Amino acid sequence: MTGTSPGAGRSGAQRWAAYAAIAVLALVVAAAATRWIGLPAPPGLGTGSGQAEIGGPFTLIDHNGETVTDETFRGRILLVYFGYTYCPDICPTSLGAVADALDILGPAADAITPLFITVDPERDTPSRMKNYVTFFHPRLIGLTGTAPQTAAAISAYQVYAERVEESENETGFYLVDHSAFIYIMDRDGRFLGLFSHGTGPEAIAKRLRKIL
Amino acid sequence: MRKETRRFALGLAALALSAILAPEAMGDDPGAISIDRPWARATAPGAPNGAVFMTIVNRGAEDDRLIAADADVAKVIELHTHRMDGGVMRMRQVPEIPVAGGSSTNLAPGGYHVMLIGLNAPLTEGTSFSLALTLERAGAIRIEVPVAAPGAMAGPDAGAHSHPMGEQ
Ligand SMILES: [Cu+2]
Repeated sequence: MTGTSPGAGRSGAQRWAAYAAIAVLALVVAAAATRWIGLPAPPGLGTGSGQAEIGGPFTLIDHNGETVTDETFRGRILLVYFGYTYCPDICPTSLGAVADALDILGPAADAITPLFITVDPERDTPSRMKNYVTFFHPRLIGLTGTAPQTAAAISAYQVYAERVEESENETGFYLVDHSAFIYIMDRDGRFLGLFSHGTGPEAIAKRLRKIL
Repeated sequence: MRKETRRFALGLAALALSAILAPEAMGDDPGAISIDRPWARATAPGAPNGAVFMTIVNRGAEDDRLIAADADVAKVIELHTHRMDGGVMRMRQVPEIPVAGGSSTNLAPGGYHVMLIGLNAPLTEGTSFSLALTLERAGAIRIEVPVAAPGAMAGPDAGAHSHPMGEQ
């Protein structure tokens, strides 16, 4: 590999080269370790300062079939929640809390746009999304897209979403594990904070009132 | 052949044993288990799945467990729980939901539930449907499940009770 002639003894220069290689390798490992340690803490635990921001550009399809991007919602305070319409409990709990919080806030909530982004684009067509979100609140907007489009949004928001293969049954049903945070984004599309799962509508409304 | 004979004998013995034990298990304290405040959330048009919540109360001394549920409203009924894992909600099927003697087990949003997979029609707020529960000791219990608002966190009627009615 190194091109030394066979049979040649290890010269001092070769030994130094080996030491140097080991030193470089150690530096690389150390740098990588530092980078891992420096990765953002799981959402809800981290402070957010100096770490990768939650949020970012996305291109998706709304529940009326129109293409939208993050730019579409500039100037709006966003409540962003990721889930799927086959979800019987966790998503209804979160969307119900968002809907009730909007109603508690009344006209003040006009500055807020609540978004429900699917983690299951394969099954969640725009019409399915429309049926689902409008059932919870007329102002909720459901977003779906191609698998790469939703994957990009999931990645931008540092959401965990994974199809559970072992949950599949004879009806073709399957579950999707997913993060259950409600993200608050400011009028410039920047991350403001989040609500963990189970936060009640009163607590959501109280915090939003301070932001509005 | 010998193996099969033995299995047959064992089966016969088990059958005889269960015939002796069953009336004891069923009749000893038939009211040990009751179901408090069963409820389900209304589901969106086209939403294929729903969940049923309740409190299973065990007034008997013996431990019991919910091992099956059945209803006409959906194609598949499973027992499920949720596990919160660093902000990720993982829903999983469970073989049983235990109810220790002298205590109760809550089936509530974010935890245990009876999962309705492949609803034949949306669950409409204000209606109710029949659900058959099977407990290992108490046997079959049929309950009526009222449907609450889409994002409700509790049932519409805090006073609803039901009692074992035996096999139906
Ligand atoms: Cu479930």
